Amino acid sequence: MAKIIVDGVEVDVPAEYTLLQAAEAAGAEVPRFCYHERLSIAGNCRMCLVEVKGAPKPVASCAWGVRDCRPGPNGEPPEISTKSPTVKKAREGVMEFLLINHPLDCPICDQGGQCDLQDQAMAYGVDTSRYHENKRAVTDKYLGPLVKTSMNRCIHCTRCVRFTAEVAGVPDMGAIWRGEDMEITSYLEKALGSELQANIADLCPVGALTHKPEAFHFRPWELTKTDSVDVMDAVGSSIRVDSRGREVMRILPRVNESVNEEWITDKTRQIVDGLRLQRLDRPFVRENGRLRPASWQEAFATIAAKVKGTDAKKIGAIVGDLAAVEEMFALKLLMQSLDVTNVDARQDGTVLSPAYGRGSYLFNTTIPGIEDADAILIVGSNPRFEASLVNVRIRKRWRVAPPPIALIGENVDLTYPCEYLGAGADTLAELASGRHSFLEKLKGAERPLIIVGHGALARPDGLAILSAVAKLARDVNAVKDGWNGFSILHTAASRVGALDLGLVPGEGGLTAQQMASGGVEVLFNLGADEIDIAPGAFVIYQGTHGDRGAHRADVILPAATYTEKSGTYVNTEGRVQMANRAAFAPGEAREDWAILRALSEVLGHRLPFDSLNALRAKLYAAHPHFAAIDTVQPADGASAIQALAGIGGTPGRDAFVSPVKDFYLTNPIARASGVMAECSALARELKLEAAE
Amino acid sequence: MKIGQFFNSLLLREFVVGFALTMKYFFKPKATLNYPFEMGHRGPRFRGEHALRRYPNGEERCIACKLCEAICPAQAITIEAGPRRNDGTRRTTRYDIDMVKCIYCGMCQEACPVDAIVEGPNLEFSVETREELYYDKAKLLENGERWEREIARNIAKTAPYR
Repeated sequence: MAKIIVDGVEVDVPAEYTLLQAAEAAGAEVPRFCYHERLSIAGNCRMCLVEVKGAPKPVASCAWGVRDCRPGPNGEPPEISTKSPTVKKAREGVMEFLLINHPLDCPICDQGGQCDLQDQAMAYGVDTSRYHENKRAVTDKYLGPLVKTSMNRCIHCTRCVRFTAEVAGVPDMGAIWRGEDMEITSYLEKALGSELQANIADLCPVGALTHKPEAFHFRPWELTKTDSVDVMDAVGSSIRVDSRGREVMRILPRVNESVNEEWITDKTRQIVDGLRLQRLDRPFVRENGRLRPASWQEAFATIAAKVKGTDAKKIGAIVGDLAAVEEMFALKLLMQSLDVTNVDARQDGTVLSPAYGRGSYLFNTTIPGIEDADAILIVGSNPRFEASLVNVRIRKRWRVAPPPIALIGENVDLTYPCEYLGAGADTLAELASGRHSFLEKLKGAERPLIIVGHGALARPDGLAILSAVAKLARDVNAVKDGWNGFSILHTAASRVGALDLGLVPGEGGLTAQQMASGGVEVLFNLGADEIDIAPGAFVIYQGTHGDRGAHRADVILPAATYTEKSGTYVNTEGRVQMANRAAFAPGEAREDWAILRALSEVLGHRLPFDSLNALRAKLYAAHPHFAAIDTVQPADGASAIQALAGIGGTPGRDAFVSPVKDFYLTNPIARASGVMAECSALARELKLEAAE
Repeated sequence: MKIGQFFNSLLLREFVVGFALTMKYFFKPKATLNYPFEMGHRGPRFRGEHALRRYPNGEERCIACKLCEAICPAQAITIEAGPRRNDGTRRTTRYDIDMVKCIYCGMCQEACPVDAIVEGPNLEFSVETREELYYDKAKLLENGERWEREIARNIAKTAPYR
């Protein structure tokens, strides 16, 4: 710790702090453009100038460390001033220089109202200009379908360059020329090949980079802000949903150090148009092979007639990837009351099950825990596309001090170097038997981390593979006191919640695959769109979009998306999070739990709750850990790993294939989105180009 | 009876004085305006019916900055915006003023950076139904075309004082 006097107030800060951080610790406000907490220090905007006692001129506080300051002649702590007349004059001067080439087009700029330059010009600038010459003109650059450029406005803070190079891990952006001629551009003017690219528009302190899909559509002051969580992947990023009237206008990241820091993926951000397109807004009933609009009563009567004539053994329910815990709980109760055991939430056929303990299906290490790992093995997963923000954490860990990282599965670019061991279970067996040098690195590691993805688990021999990985984890001592390095990486937002609820086939029950391939006569499909249901069964689809599930349905019950209902989601770590309602479902669509409650009455098994709060009270009574919002209830790793290792079995020889074939089109909302379709087409093009 | 009073009565003085006053006003120029054929003076800052203006080359001025919508104290203005089809510039797709809500304070024209929304000199826009007072963009642009000469003259007159 080091002492420093900021504006006459003495504070004690860590010696590695910069003056800017020290000033903030003392409560002083320092304006800045280029400095960002999560990026490297550039020191090129000069807005954060402060006066250091003894220094001949003001210094950039973001780039000057507390330990670089000299003490006074009698050993007094160094003294800085953020409010002196010199500092004021320096800031006014810097602001004037920044505004020399900044166009005065705030009225047509999308950043207007949320612009750092606008705010700081009001607070620290002068009100007149002395510049009468022509302003600089820069051609706009093409950065792909998500980021719109208006390069005249650029103030060269290089935040975007640093973000793409450091966090996203794609060195696609850079600056060419220097001085007044400096221009930010992408490599060969190509679209950025990152799944995190839209974050650069958030980082841009001016309107040079803005979001293309939402261009000109709204002003920030018109929007109602709702804190929520994302369901596009199993990471459960914290988001803020901004809505105007009934409509969701945009989705922004929310700072959450333990999950997504302050980044979100492009899919999380830009599926906004998917929330309004292709929506199911009224019930449908299939008649003579065609779906026709119907009333809720008609739809329920059709279901009741069918269910009453069917044996409970021939009824089944599958749950999709976007369902919240509340409706899954309601569905579970409804199926229990009908004596149905064919219930499954694992539409991709994964072998994870609560039978082996909660520790057998969680990302036990937790996402912040990745930063402590000192050897990482990734099995059957492509975290870059299955859980981009987990990949960002691994990359962050790698940037601090590169641990040995190895990959078994598809040989993909994870944005950090990793040792490619092989494609399938053979390699895993080789590694476990010590025929591979990486085993020594895992064994030698203090805190080894083994990440298992659904490429290895969602297949018939998944249990044998999971068992082999568990054995390996036991051998390398990955689970011990204070460290659990056995982590499952999920891809579906609903999955962990469903496994916590025990939504797996009961005694003699059929799995989702068996149900879909004709094992049942009546199938209740709660938003499962990634599974093909064989002809024959009577399918009740409760979902939001006219996607695969709705096309195969005999009765469609329109439901609400994650922005239109309050719901609990459990992310891959087991972190329980609450999504809040930001808008209303279109037309006659209703919240999922309410539909199930109404249906239960028609079926003659009334569910014992009339409100969401009553439902939650029941849920919390049955599963207390759901009540602890935003926390991870650690699971018993040692017993889970013992249980898994005891299963045994011989894995097949097929290579592990990531379940995410197309990052941009993994769920019905994303498939309805035009922006995502554009991104997907572009990504395919980039891939083909790279292959050439 | 006093003598003065006697003569006043005899010569009908009060009648004559009153009649003279009548005659004076009878021949004096009238203050009453023969509305609708005549109208009183309206200053250049008169705040009447709204209009959306165009540039002389026919391009609409409004750039959808939404400052008028933001400042409107009666929340009478509703704007939706987006890139224009042909050239991608920032334009309104919807510009509605609820003239029933409007309090004619003139804040919208104060806020406008391009002098697009103005309150023109027209005050004769009474209608028979409420719905006709929900102005849309087409109506406002039409107003702008109709009143452009007067509006431009008024803006030029007040320009030195802004």
